[in-house]
Amino acid sequence: MIQSVNHFALLPLYAAAGTALLVLVLELAVGRWAVPAGIAGGLATIGAAVTLALDPADTFCGPARCSWVATPPAAVMAVLFAALTIGVLALSAPALRLGIAPAGEFCFLLASSMAGGVVVAYAGDLITLIVGLETLTLPLYVLVGLRRFAPRERVTTEGASAAVTFFLVSVVSTALALLGAALLYASTGALHLAELTGGAGQFAPLASVGAALLVIGFAFKVAAVPLHAWAPATYDGAPIPVAAYLSTASKLGGVIALAAVAQRLDTGPLVAVLAVLTMTVGNLVALRQTRMIRLLAWSSVAQAGYILAPLAAGAAGVPAALAYAVFFVLLEFVAFGVVVALRGPGRDGGDLTEYRATGRHHPWLGAALVLALAGLAGLPPGLAGLFAKVTIVASLIDNGWGWLAGVVALNAVIALAYYARVAASLYAPVGLPSEPVPAAEPGAVATLTRVDVSRTVGAAVAVATLLTVILGFAPQWVFDALS
Amino acid sequence: MNYVEYSSTGGWAAQALLISVLAVPALGALVVALLPARMDRGARLLATAFAAVTLVLTVLLAALQASDFGYFDYGTGPLALVPWADVNVPWVPALDVGFHLGVDAISYPLVVLTGLLTALCCAYTVWKVPEGGRGRTLAALLLVLEVGILGTFLALDLVLFFIFFEVVLLPMYAVIAGWGGPDRRRAARKFVLYTLFGSVLLLLGVFTVIVAAGTGDLVTLTGASDLSRTVQCSAFALFAVAFAVKAPLWPLHTWLPDAHTEAPTVGSVILAGVLLKMGTYGLIRVGVGVAPEGAAWAAPALGILAVVAIIVGSLVCLRQTELKRLIAYSSVGHMGFVMLGIATLTVTGLQAALIGNVAHGIITGLLFFLAGAIKDRAHSGELSELGGLRETAPRLAGLLGFAAIASLGLPGLAGFWGEAFAVVAAAQRGGPLWMTLAVVAAVGGALTAAYFLRLLRRVTHGPATPAVTGFAEISRPEWLAWSPLILLALVVGLVPALVLAATAGPGAALTGVLP
Repeated sequence: MIQSVNHFALLPLYAAAGTALLVLVLELAVGRWAVPAGIAGGLATIGAAVTLALDPADTFCGPARCSWVATPPAAVMAVLFAALTIGVLALSAPALRLGIAPAGEFCFLLASSMAGGVVVAYAGDLITLIVGLETLTLPLYVLVGLRRFAPRERVTTEGASAAVTFFLVSVVSTALALLGAALLYASTGALHLAELTGGAGQFAPLASVGAALLVIGFAFKVAAVPLHAWAPATYDGAPIPVAAYLSTASKLGGVIALAAVAQRLDTGPLVAVLAVLTMTVGNLVALRQTRMIRLLAWSSVAQAGYILAPLAAGAAGVPAALAYAVFFVLLEFVAFGVVVALRGPGRDGGDLTEYRATGRHHPWLGAALVLALAGLAGLPPGLAGLFAKVTIVASLIDNGWGWLAGVVALNAVIALAYYARVAASLYAPVGLPSEPVPAAEPGAVATLTRVDVSRTVGAAVAVATLLTVILGFAPQWVFDALS
Repeated sequence: MNYVEYSSTGGWAAQALLISVLAVPALGALVVALLPARMDRGARLLATAFAAVTLVLTVLLAALQASDFGYFDYGTGPLALVPWADVNVPWVPALDVGFHLGVDAISYPLVVLTGLLTALCCAYTVWKVPEGGRGRTLAALLLVLEVGILGTFLALDLVLFFIFFEVVLLPMYAVIAGWGGPDRRRAARKFVLYTLFGSVLLLLGVFTVIVAAGTGDLVTLTGASDLSRTVQCSAFALFAVAFAVKAPLWPLHTWLPDAHTEAPTVGSVILAGVLLKMGTYGLIRVGVGVAPEGAAWAAPALGILAVVAIIVGSLVCLRQTELKRLIAYSSVGHMGFVMLGIATLTVTGLQAALIGNVAHGIITGLLFFLAGAIKDRAHSGELSELGGLRETAPRLAGLLGFAAIASLGLPGLAGFWGEAFAVVAAAQRGGPLWMTLAVVAAVGGALTAAYFLRLLRRVTHGPATPAVTGFAEISRPEWLAWSPLILLALVVGLVPALVLAATAGPGAALTGVLP
């Protein structure tokens, strides 16, 4: 049987995969322009996704259902994947210029990951979804550990061990998800997302085990508790831009997958338990963190909990979860972007004490970080984050999950404690008598003086911040785009 | 369900005025924050100018009343809340958020008070910047605070009200943490976490109402004809706790003394003067307005807590040894009277609450200005080290005496009306519970007199201590900042109608729907 393929519908994927190939060829042929080519490819992907959204078309269709479905949320997510890839490329540009990681490989892997993200966004069946997720994640194992050391630089294995942790956990989770998909297929015969059901008769228990395994497998990707342990170690060991990608794009993939499953299968109680555990544990542990990236990592664990919460209500909660995810990745990207800008290329996130008074030396970066942290806490001036929280709470109360809304609300209070601590330390005078700054530490000295912020990094942070501010005042655009 | 069309009332001038009341301070904050560091003093002057323009705009809002026929609609019309003029445009339809601003007799006095106190505080920062950070940042934050507070008083949409309610959190945190006393970090953190706890409950309450009623528009919701009793009770419980944290009502008040003690003078003035009023105003407008049955259900509990707050606040004040902490605890007692007035759910009680709000804002603002001036001069706030102020700084001591007497509720000064009529309202309500509450509250009023007289005896009388010798006289900027408050304490005391004019109608409309 020959299936007709609508190549127009596949334009975003062609653009994304083409970017990866182009970068690879450029690197082999001329040995430079990898980053500009990657950024151009990302823009092309955005253009293709927008074009497809204007004239939606499905493809890879069977008699009833399609495996490549162009819905409005899919377009938004594809655009987000491409935008995040562009952003991370911009954040990495100074490090690549210094040769801290091989530019060609780096850009190729990131573009491949973007292609995976696009597949996840448009996936119409479980197999496509899982293949897309794997394509999204696979290059990241390498990216986490990809680092060159200068001849006399101290070689660390943190990146490599982070990569191995991430790899092992992720493989197990994929295996679980595949097993879940298989059980579901065996019991109901459905693979297309639109046809997923809970199964009937004697197959019902088997189908619910399958659904649970799918949720658990995908929960790994969003770093939901109790499947979160890999995230802080991996984020902290990876280069900061890659950590930014992990906590935004990679998490977004997991959210889309979870939303696809949770809206059609009866997984409410399981998702609710995961959500409560995730937000509570994430916030409580984040309270105790002293390293910047670890704090952001735990906070992003907690944020995954907020995203999961409305999914407990099934299909009715999906728009809220997706909207929250959109606002969240923006804010998270700004936060990581500022950290990259403040730290300079090739350095880790460092201790929180090293950020003392940086807000006074870099007023704009400080303001951007405060905006992002306030948004993550769900407070003005981070209006985008405020609307995100409001969306979640409104959706939960609307769908009769009032107690879960209460848990989300209380968690927001806990979370503010550490967000406020970080934001305040940006403006704290150096060397309070109670908490002296260790003067011998080289990092501390480096951040106290002005860091030269690379132009590309500055531009990426500025664009993302501007977008956050605009969407904070016009959140309706996000809701409109998603529906 | 009763969806409201997005329609505004009043002419274009009225709407431009309403918008500009928020837009001017917001623009001012932005401009002031962006000015370069070398223009620090100029930036503070500019901030004062912006605040002064805002004050003028808030006063001008009274002109909207002239074209108002809404007053005559009260009682006969279907709506219990008829703003003088309002702006109503959709903002986020997906979340039922309309950008609905409006002003009426209940919110107007508080709006003007906010404009006045912010202008005074900005002027005060021109003269004196507390240690800790840049002056222009402080001035910008004061303007942001003003936007949040004015927005809360003007909002006629539940979600919009919640958003403005949240706007003040981080700027106030920054003011305390950046320019406060030695223990400012802890106090600021306590303030922000406590009040965020309150406002997330508000969020839950807001959406409990919106989901049940299908709209968040306060004009439609006030009077709440189609909310079930269960919804009203649960929503009012959430609202009551949320606003009780902000007001603050015993036993949720513990953040207040710390925040006041550590905050810089201007921070304390704004905090006590208008920020706390967001709680009591919210309870009237949102709590009683949207869930009257719930309010009736919870009124006895609210009344008892309010009276306990009065007694506890007074007793704690009798034992206080630190000037700012004493004034802070006195706020707990005074807000107890306001809460008692609201809890009676009578027109008299609501009016007492309204004038109590305004009077407390004026008098406590003045008290905190004076306490700040004394602490700055003496470098200590301990009462034991401040004796004999009358000897070395007779004018300052005289003003402190005036403010304290105004605060303890001497007839003829602003503090009298709120306290007296809260007690009267409780007594009028009748029944053993309310009579008891009235009697106990009256005793609390007497205790208020006792601790303020103790304060005066300790601070102004007796032999001069080393700390108070060589005090600088009151400077001209200080007179400038204080004199409006001194005048208002007198004027509001003599002519309470200034605040209460036209509140009887809205009050009757709010209480009229009660079962």
